[in-house]
Amino acid sequence: MANPTGIGASVRRREDARFLTGRGTYTDDINRPGQTHAVFVRSPYAHARITGIDAAEAMQAPGVIAVLTGADMEADKVGSLPCGWQIHSKDGSPMKEPPHFPIARDRARYVGDAVAVVIAETREQAKDAAELVMVDYEELPAAVTSLKALEGGAPLVHDDVGGNLCFDWHLGDAAAVDAAFAQAAHVAKLDLVNQRLVPNAMEPRAALGEYDRATGEHTLTTTSQNPHVIRLLMGAFVLGIPEHKLRVVAPDVGGGFGSKIFHYGEEAVVTWAAKKVGRPVKWTAERSESFLTDAHGRDHVSHAELAMDRDGNFLALRVATIANMGAYLSTFAPSIPTYLYATLLAGQYKTPAIYAEVKAVFTNTVPVDAYRGAGRPEACYLIERLVEVAAAETGIDKAELRRRNFVPASAMPYQTPVALQYDTGDFAKNLDIALPLVDYDGFAARKAESARRGKLRGIGFATYIEACGIAPSNVAGALGARAGLYESAEVRFHPTGSVTVFTGSHSHGQGHETTFAQLVSERFGVPIENVEIVHGDTSKIPFGMGTYGSRSLAVGGSAIVKAMDKVERKAKKIAAHMLEAAEADIEVKDGRFVVAGTDKALTIGDIALQAYVPHNFPLDELEPGLDEQAFYDPKNFTYPNGCHVCEVEIDPDTGVVQVVNFAAVDDFGRVINPLIVEGQVHGGLVQGIGQALYENCVYDEDSGQLITGSYMDYCMPRADDVPSFTVRYHEDQPCTHNPLGVKGCGEAGTIGASAAVMNAVVHALSEYGVTHLDMPATPERVWQAIRRHTPAQAAE
Amino acid sequence: MPCTVSMTVNGKAVSREVEERTLLVTFLRDQLGLTGTHVGCDTSQCGACVVHIDGRSVKSCTMLAAQADGAAVTTIEGLAAADGTLHPMQAAFREHHGLQCGFCTPGMVMSAVDLVTANPSLSEHDVREGLEGNICRCTGYHNIVKAVMAGAEAMQGGTMKAAAE
Repeated sequence: MANPTGIGASVRRREDARFLTGRGTYTDDINRPGQTHAVFVRSPYAHARITGIDAAEAMQAPGVIAVLTGADMEADKVGSLPCGWQIHSKDGSPMKEPPHFPIARDRARYVGDAVAVVIAETREQAKDAAELVMVDYEELPAAVTSLKALEGGAPLVHDDVGGNLCFDWHLGDAAAVDAAFAQAAHVAKLDLVNQRLVPNAMEPRAALGEYDRATGEHTLTTTSQNPHVIRLLMGAFVLGIPEHKLRVVAPDVGGGFGSKIFHYGEEAVVTWAAKKVGRPVKWTAERSESFLTDAHGRDHVSHAELAMDRDGNFLALRVATIANMGAYLSTFAPSIPTYLYATLLAGQYKTPAIYAEVKAVFTNTVPVDAYRGAGRPEACYLIERLVEVAAAETGIDKAELRRRNFVPASAMPYQTPVALQYDTGDFAKNLDIALPLVDYDGFAARKAESARRGKLRGIGFATYIEACGIAPSNVAGALGARAGLYESAEVRFHPTGSVTVFTGSHSHGQGHETTFAQLVSERFGVPIENVEIVHGDTSKIPFGMGTYGSRSLAVGGSAIVKAMDKVERKAKKIAAHMLEAAEADIEVKDGRFVVAGTDKALTIGDIALQAYVPHNFPLDELEPGLDEQAFYDPKNFTYPNGCHVCEVEIDPDTGVVQVVNFAAVDDFGRVINPLIVEGQVHGGLVQGIGQALYENCVYDEDSGQLITGSYMDYCMPRADDVPSFTVRYHEDQPCTHNPLGVKGCGEAGTIGASAAVMNAVVHALSEYGVTHLDMPATPERVWQAIRRHTPAQAAE
Repeated sequence: MPCTVSMTVNGKAVSREVEERTLLVTFLRDQLGLTGTHVGCDTSQCGACVVHIDGRSVKSCTMLAAQADGAAVTTIEGLAAADGTLHPMQAAFREHHGLQCGFCTPGMVMSAVDLVTANPSLSEHDVREGLEGNICRCTGYHNIVKAVMAGAEAMQGGTMKAAAE
């Protein structure tokens, strides 16, 4: 490899040095002089009227500085937390958007809804005093599940949202779908639940508010995936602080998986309270509080039907989904079950007609928003389960049925019936690589061997395509986005040739400090240790949109490329001046600026020094400095895709499912750092396996109490629950419209894994006549399924 | 009621007055400023707070600071050599990309070191079972397991296998 720290090199991560020695700086690690601590008083009821709050006793408790309520925020004209995406119903009416105040004012709408905040000298004192805040609640009946919330006569989460229906949306051509179904030789049908999950980044959310009376500047340090968006929302909608007086910093962030994209009430409260009490205010969630307050993910109930002709060709897909929004609309919530879900229902297949209806429902539960994959895992799970059902019913081999219906590589770019245009992809190739990798042909022998040991064995596929890096801004805007979806970067060469890159992307575990630096190292031949990546501080970086939806490299990295283009153009001008050559004759070779056809060359370091020491510059033609900024607005989404295959073994006596083999073949376009990309895949796979086998966020359907409220009850996958993985990627289908050819890899594993695992589980159970099982396939559920059914044929 | 606790932390004797209810993890983080030890849950399930007490791994959220009175405590900050050379287990985590967001990492590394100390010839299965008390949400464990195996070898003076490029 030409450059050991350039593109394609598995450069070991630079950020690891601090994380491995305990020197990372996460929000809760930061302490300020005079700092106070905030603890929230939260509703113990899923739905209750707040009839009075008596803080007198709490105010007398040791160390207490203030007890603040929704009324105090109202008096200070604090606004509600805005939703960043607007969806319109079929009839053209806008979605229902009830206010979401940082602290509830008259009604609590889920267990954990904040009703007051106690600020004290220490965290323990604040906790003690929070117990003493007397809140008078009038408990109200709760609407807990989406299905029950939609029933006539269900309790209303918001008085002015009839039927608890936030919106009733659709996409696709209903008439074409109806016509195709009328012609179908076979229709496969499936009812499925995509259960609610808790994202569970290992670092609990935290927020530290500060106010400087001298400058009038507010600073919020917070566990966020996109500090500029938090600043924009808080400045423009919630607190009304002008942006130049509001700094938002997201330092090291301990995972996010979507749950740290959103603007949360606690961030607004500590920022507001810091000015009110005149001291820094810090809040750090306890894990049980995270369960009650971090936005949850998924929570779909769907009915799906696939029409096929006699040969198993897909004719049409019809989907009806009910999506639970929780009690309020979180920042990006409406976009998840609509434009990030239904638009992916084509999957990898050339199904000519698709129609999807989505009802979004308010319930008395934690708001639901993007969680790793966000809409796309729900789409993949639905299609791939349905295809597996179709294969079983028609008797066509499941790999063959998929292959028969793939959009061929030759058809790219391909316009789906649900809005997206895939630019590249070779889906058959993914399958071709995967099949020998898992020895598909040898499955029957392995199954027989398992049977000899009294075990059931199944193999399942999932092919997926995802749309990453939501774009372009004008299309996103037309679809309801209230923000642009570009990314920014600044590449600043220093006089001695080192470089600082400022990026609007945000790293919370993805290794940007390494990958982004590789881009600069490759382009200009600069050693990676001379490249610094700065992110996460609105006072330093240009306005950026943060990290989610696998957008960092495709959009953020492309912005860096655009800024480097500008640097290169400027550097060529300077080189031409220094070498007394024509600008057109300057070429960049291996990071050096060369006069074509000569041995006259300069390094970028030589040029940078001259740029900042321009003693002989023709200043009317050439500006000093070598520091360029760019904003990149993508032309299209990127479309990572892949084929994941899972093999499971099930103990019919206990119902325990063991993943015995898992292979993932992915097309991420061009890969900058294979080590990091593979790590992203591994992590994603376990989140997908977690959904398939272990994780489930359970509410009591009557009281609305969260039953899985800690790691004692919510089953997180652990090291001994999962296997090692076989992962492969190929790079011959680069993205066609971004300068790096990259597609995105962060969510892929999660999108493919759940479907692959469940298809394997159902396959294993098929000899008992089981045709579907809802996730998670816990031992109890599997055991029950086995007991409910009789073996179709006597298993030996 | 405040009480005085004294212990050796990363080789240095410390003595502080704390509330009796102060957990060891709180003492390390808030009183000593050793913020490498993290708090990821409140039910002693996640293992982000694992430290060594007299050489054995302990979840520092499960004991009071007062219970560590007189003990020798090692935190992630005290694991590398005085000259900054990473402990072989730390180096193995870096080499094998056994961390992403880094939040669970200190606890994971401290657990791994104790695991290997107690059983130098670990199988992959042993490693997975041994890390059952530590949750990682980022890595999928695949590379953590690789790192611990390599770290085990390195701790016995072996050379670390380079991860496949």
